[in-house]
Amino acid sequence: MAKLEDTTKFNPRLGKKELALLSRLCDAVSVSGDEQEVRAIVLEELRDYANVTKVDAMGNVLVRREGKDADRVRVMVAAHMDEVGFMIVNDEGDGVFEFCVIGGIDPRQLAGKPVWIGREHVPGVIGAKAIHLTTPEERTQALKEDQLRIDIGPGGAGKVKVGDRGTFATKLAVLGPSIRSKALDDRLGVYNLIQLVKNAPENVDLLAAFTVQEELGLRGAKIAAFAFDPEVGIAMDSTPANDLPNYDGFENTSHNTKLGGGPAIYLMDGATLGDRRLIQWLVNTAEAEKIPWQFRQPGMGGTDAGSIHKTRAGVPSVSVSVPQRYLHSPAGLIRIDDELNTLKLIHSALTRLDRSILNLQENN
Amino acid sequence: MAKKYNTLWTNVQTLVETPGPSGSEHIIRKKIRAEIEGFADEVRTDALGNLIARKGALKEGGKRIMISAHIDEIGLMVTHVDENGFARFMPIGGINPMTCTGGRVLFMNGTRGVIGIERLGKDEQPVPAKFYIDTGATSKADSKIGVGDVCGFDRPFLDLGKRLVAKSMDDRIAAAIAMEALKEVKRGVNELYFVFSVQEEVGLRGAITAAYGVDPEVGLAVDVTRTGDTPMGVKMEVALGSGPAIKVRDSSFIADPRVVNWMVAEAKAQKLPYQMEVLEAGGTDGAAIQRTRAGVPAGCLSIPCRYIHSPSEMVDRDDVENAVKLLVGLLEKPVCLE
Repeated sequence: MAKLEDTTKFNPRLGKKELALLSRLCDAVSVSGDEQEVRAIVLEELRDYANVTKVDAMGNVLVRREGKDADRVRVMVAAHMDEVGFMIVNDEGDGVFEFCVIGGIDPRQLAGKPVWIGREHVPGVIGAKAIHLTTPEERTQALKEDQLRIDIGPGGAGKVKVGDRGTFATKLAVLGPSIRSKALDDRLGVYNLIQLVKNAPENVDLLAAFTVQEELGLRGAKIAAFAFDPEVGIAMDSTPANDLPNYDGFENTSHNTKLGGGPAIYLMDGATLGDRRLIQWLVNTAEAEKIPWQFRQPGMGGTDAGSIHKTRAGVPSVSVSVPQRYLHSPAGLIRIDDELNTLKLIHSALTRLDRSILNLQENN
Repeated sequence: MAKKYNTLWTNVQTLVETPGPSGSEHIIRKKIRAEIEGFADEVRTDALGNLIARKGALKEGGKRIMISAHIDEIGLMVTHVDENGFARFMPIGGINPMTCTGGRVLFMNGTRGVIGIERLGKDEQPVPAKFYIDTGATSKADSKIGVGDVCGFDRPFLDLGKRLVAKSMDDRIAAAIAMEALKEVKRGVNELYFVFSVQEEVGLRGAITAAYGVDPEVGLAVDVTRTGDTPMGVKMEVALGSGPAIKVRDSSFIADPRVVNWMVAEAKAQKLPYQMEVLEAGGTDGAAIQRTRAGVPAGCLSIPCRYIHSPSEMVDRDDVENAVKLLVGLLEKPVCLE
């Protein structure tokens, strides 16, 4: 039987043990389509906690953690294991490789960055011509992936092959109240989901989906949701904070989220209109538990909720994200408080979840 | 005392004047439910908010048919209220910025407002981020709306005699047609599921889950389509007043040719005017139904409509009444797909 933590006194903290797990997750190379490294960590962490664990056809890890109460709601909580990065597409010899970008990376982020390639994290660099040799005109243009190469040096030959994935080579660092890492999107979600399974409330059946290929179009979540057939869907992700002051002094009206403002609850993105009942449930929970929270400004983009809510005959769904500056770059930045409050909010909300929330259709 | 029900045209006016952008269909759903409950054998709302009414039960030689008319409309969602009370917004569905300036909006909570725009530079395009809603508030504290509040365009129904104009003929006219068909159709061999679908304008989302739940053998969307009959407009065969249109294709799906033939044969049998619709860009619930589960033969009954996605969408009275006749005829008899 699965181990039980004392779930009534769940108060998330980021101690040494927790930080070590988060660092392992964030420093893994787990680009869409090859999520093996994070998958292995998830399976290892949850071995003793799940009622049923399954790796499905696409590589999603589906963990079922059953509660004890009668009339439990089946809640799917999703966090994606993949991250944006690179794929090696051609070996040009001498340790020089052509590559392509997997997922959304601004080409201006590429040139001159150290990278890790493959499951062995072979170190390399995305090379660019030195400033000594460029013209002022060249320096106004962002170099695109086909103008750039990944260089691991001749010594690395044989360790890297076509099809290998790579990421920026940034190790997680704690900067006072903040954390800096390359893959907070969505290792924070993965970390939080691991903690939720370990501390699962007994009034719900927690259907934890550690999904693949989110960055390529919410692909893993689609089949995960079909398999789980949940009654409620929650996606845990990370969303940009564009919260620095405007250069012209006008009020910043498009910050998306603000660092330090607490978990960001979604109303609308490009893939989902958040279920109004669930939004209210999260807001009520945050208010009651005195957890700071914010709405993510309605906008574009998408989370796994975009796939979950359209599954079978429909699943009321909502997303919650940890606000992050500099998303999809070599170094994103989050506040530790936002991360812990996100975990606390979802956990508290789950403990209050019962089917009556879903009976409010005509009044929402 | 027997409940008194509305006529087709009273329903049209009620529906088009009710706000209900995608995701906020609760008020319009309630109004439709009250009107149709007495005529259906079973009415339910699914997880996403689709209103699903069944009439008749499957008998030998019959089919389970899903009719889908979406009850959401395009609208706006507030993203930020600034210190002076101006609200920024994000479009819900395909808002044409050209129709925004000076527009009036009605929020789900009853607040009204007008749309203004920042001063544009020479040759600068009006994009949604340049617009704001002025609700008459003088500060953020004073504003009756906040982030996440939703509004639709605010225009009264306009009866021009033969032609009728409203802000959300797309797709409330089809909802009214489906309601009328639901009332009139006699129970035969077919099991009819009238779906009043949600979230069509953001990607046919309601129809995706409704079709999975209903699991139909034949699907018919009812929606508006563009016309080619306005000055210097797009070249297209469909014209207002030339009869309901039978969709052959749009950019979301190719209607099942057997469904097209079935519709044409019924129009001919009833001697109703009809026109064939080949639409370059646009999508309807038909596409969602077609790709449900292991696939469903699906088509679309289209109502010609000018100025789609503007606050003044125009349809023809005869087209609407003929669409009801065509739909009722299709649903009452055994379906012949060949």
